[in-house]
Amino acid sequence: MDNIIEEVTGGEYKYGFVTNVETDTIAKGLNEDVIRTISAKKEEPEWLLEFRLQAYRKWQMMEMPQWAQLDIPEIDYQNIVYYAAPKQKADKKWEDVDPELKKTFDKLGIPLTEQLALSGVAVDAVMDSVSVKTTFKDTLAERGVIFCSFSEAVKNHPDLIKKYLGTVVPYTDNYFAALNSAVFSDGSFVYIPRGVRCPMELSTYFRINAQNTGQFERTLIVAEDEAYVSYLEGCTAPQRDENQLHAAIVEIIVEKNAEVKYSTVQNWYPGDKEGKGGIYNFVTKRGLCRGENSKLIWAQVETGSAITWKYPSTVLKGDGSVSEFYSVAVTNNYQQADTGTKMIHIGNNTRSRIVSKGISAGFSSNSYRGKVKVVKGCQNARNYSQCDSLLLGDKCGAHTFPYLEIENPTAQVEHEATTSKIGEDQIFYCNQRGISTEDAVGLIIKGYAGDVLNKMPMEFAVEAQKLLQISLEGSVG
Amino acid sequence: MNKRINDMVEKINADFATLFKEGYAQLEAGCGMRMNGARQEAFKKFMELGGIPHEKEDYMYANLLPVFGKNYNVVLKYIPQEVDMNEVFRCSVTDMATTPILTVNGWWFADNLVNELPEEVVVCSMREASLRYPDVFLEHYNKYAIAAKQDGLVSLNTAFAQDGVFVYVPDEVVLERPLQIINLLRAKGDLMCYQRNMIVLGRHAKVTMLVCDHTLSNQNFLMNNVTEVHMGDSAHLDYYQVQNQHMGASQINSLFVSECRNSVFDSNILTLNGGFIRNNMYVSLNGEGGESNLYGMYIMDKNQVVDNYSNIDHIAPHCVSNELFKGVMDDSALANFSGRIRVRPNAQKTEAYQANNNLLLSDTARVNSKPQLVIDADDVKCSHGASVGQIDEEAMFYLRSRGIGKDEARMMMMFGFAHDIIQHVKLEPLRDKIDDLIEKRLRGELSKCYNCMLQCKK
Repeated sequence: MDNIIEEVTGGEYKYGFVTNVETDTIAKGLNEDVIRTISAKKEEPEWLLEFRLQAYRKWQMMEMPQWAQLDIPEIDYQNIVYYAAPKQKADKKWEDVDPELKKTFDKLGIPLTEQLALSGVAVDAVMDSVSVKTTFKDTLAERGVIFCSFSEAVKNHPDLIKKYLGTVVPYTDNYFAALNSAVFSDGSFVYIPRGVRCPMELSTYFRINAQNTGQFERTLIVAEDEAYVSYLEGCTAPQRDENQLHAAIVEIIVEKNAEVKYSTVQNWYPGDKEGKGGIYNFVTKRGLCRGENSKLIWAQVETGSAITWKYPSTVLKGDGSVSEFYSVAVTNNYQQADTGTKMIHIGNNTRSRIVSKGISAGFSSNSYRGKVKVVKGCQNARNYSQCDSLLLGDKCGAHTFPYLEIENPTAQVEHEATTSKIGEDQIFYCNQRGISTEDAVGLIIKGYAGDVLNKMPMEFAVEAQKLLQISLEGSVG
Repeated sequence: MNKRINDMVEKINADFATLFKEGYAQLEAGCGMRMNGARQEAFKKFMELGGIPHEKEDYMYANLLPVFGKNYNVVLKYIPQEVDMNEVFRCSVTDMATTPILTVNGWWFADNLVNELPEEVVVCSMREASLRYPDVFLEHYNKYAIAAKQDGLVSLNTAFAQDGVFVYVPDEVVLERPLQIINLLRAKGDLMCYQRNMIVLGRHAKVTMLVCDHTLSNQNFLMNNVTEVHMGDSAHLDYYQVQNQHMGASQINSLFVSECRNSVFDSNILTLNGGFIRNNMYVSLNGEGGESNLYGMYIMDKNQVVDNYSNIDHIAPHCVSNELFKGVMDDSALANFSGRIRVRPNAQKTEAYQANNNLLLSDTARVNSKPQLVIDADDVKCSHGASVGQIDEEAMFYLRSRGIGKDEARMMMMFGFAHDIIQHVKLEPLRDKIDDLIEKRLRGELSKCYNCMLQCKK
């Protein structure tokens, strides 16, 4: 049995290669000049620079929070490069893009050439601090959908950015949100106009490549009345011995009757078997269901990162708005995760559902931390949370920290959680029917995570399932 | 705003420092070495933790400023009380013979008659015990309370406590009669007091305890009560606590239980009335086969606050713990629940269950629930659940379609909800009495009763 677990958990990280591409970087360190440099490099308007500086001044006054069930080595913020970009020619034609870059995304299986794209997915590929290419822009533009890199959006749609930036996650929100607001480099911007159903899945692929850099991207999604979009996010990074910081912000605004589905497959480099290296993934993700009957769905598979610290949350402000959160978090070796969600019920008749499945193996620690808040004036709120943990080894930990804050008697809030390992009787049952122990474990995990994987878009579900198998290869006991 | 609050906290802490310094000689008088030996360090720790808990994770929903902000008197010596024993004796549950023990404002009542106990059993005041049994104190005193590493209020008790109840039941002794500890608060002015109890059970000892908290006068009280329990192998303790105090009374109760092999600790805490009640429960399962069952029921209205905090530490393998807290909240009452099950790396085959269910009856009642699992062993079965809701409409309809009036149906449902907890009370006469009390409480007939709820004059 132990061997099988070893085999299952022993999967190698496939995306650990480094791309040799000339990079334009700035010096290490963080101060107001660095922020001015970043802003200048991106040719940003004055107000955005001011926003960054304000955030930076706020950040300086803040302290890194300590409440998470995480053991985070001290981070030297002066030892990080805050801007790194693969060198490119001024006019972005696909033919001109560095072949090394193209190869990288080919290797990662990201379709950047529209002819080759198998699936109808529009992709925005972000390497280090800048967006390399966004596909299917024209097709989308016909429908009025804006899908471009954040820097482009600042140039071409400054009014929209100005209107929405920082409205869901203000720079004062938390330590890493302030840091991101000060130094964010690129990211994606999505705008779905009124009544438009986005014809294809939109996807952003984040890749950290350069050494010693931090990645600070920012995603802003706006869905106007009756719009629909499904958005996917994927991430990988090279295999390196030192830790790299990734602190992103995702803001989502959902108007009346609109629906947004945000799926993540997070596969940053998790560090090696001794826990050396890996990405620190400290992300603030939040959506605002502003309009009536709006809907926001979070679906995530978290398998990478040395330390994951994130809580995709929803503020249910519009009456009758709905939010769902589905998550599978896998930790192996020395990975740590403190992740979950927040559902803030403000509007009447709002509903939310949380399904979180944690799987821990090796020496890892995996925590669910979630908050369900029903404010005083919110009538008939409904929440159901289910948080299960599966332990695949006797050296790992699984923790559950739900917070329920209810101030209205019409609310109905339920929380359930279980922690256990795969039962010997379950394995025995499978063995009896001719299924090997390893397959049985795979089967049980698949079933365990099935609730969440089923919520992923097709393209991702396949990847997520594979990822789950690789991450846990040999760890079933 | 924040500055004002910080100033208040600082002032309260400074007052404690002065009190500790000036009253130190009085604190030491009459207490044994072990009790006095722990004071200085405990007070230092209290100050190190920032004084009274403010913006601390474990007290995040409890606002202690209004509790500590009052102008209390502190009395550092025993003042003889004229408690009408006849009045108090009526407290005992009618069909049940108990051994009553009184404390007044945290002090052992001088006229307590402890008789009809087996000879080898010791029930006396803490002060007396700390002088008479230094070895027992050396072994157990303040050994379990230090589990509350982050709670300054427990340290504060260690620093200030002068008296309380000491119970020692040696190996193989079974107490037939329940011990009934009646904690009374009675004063002419607002009063802050401390009480420290210790219960030591030997191997195979078996004891039932009933603790009743009451107020006998209308002043504001702040009681900080710490009880340490040591249970030898296969010892068995049934611990029932009934809290029925008036709105001006604040209670901070901390219960520390250390269980050895195969011991069983059952507790049932019923919170019926009180201004601010905080119940800390720390259970550590140190030996294989230990079992711990924590049950609690709280029924609150007006702007009462109840804050239940529990920490169950599974250190040894093959232990079982159960925890169920239920509450009914009306008016502007606030209920907080925070439960933590910790399973240490070696505690395989642990079974732990934890649940918190709440019924909200009014627009302004609030509930914060924080059930937590911290698990570092794999071969375990742990689960927890929490819910907040209202009376089930369908069940309501079922009752009403059978001709039961709305109010009565509602009462029946609430009573059923509460009975889940009451059914775990093992002593039948007590169970009936409590059932009766709960019903009275739900009907709102109990809230005016300042005295012991068991006499129920109404």
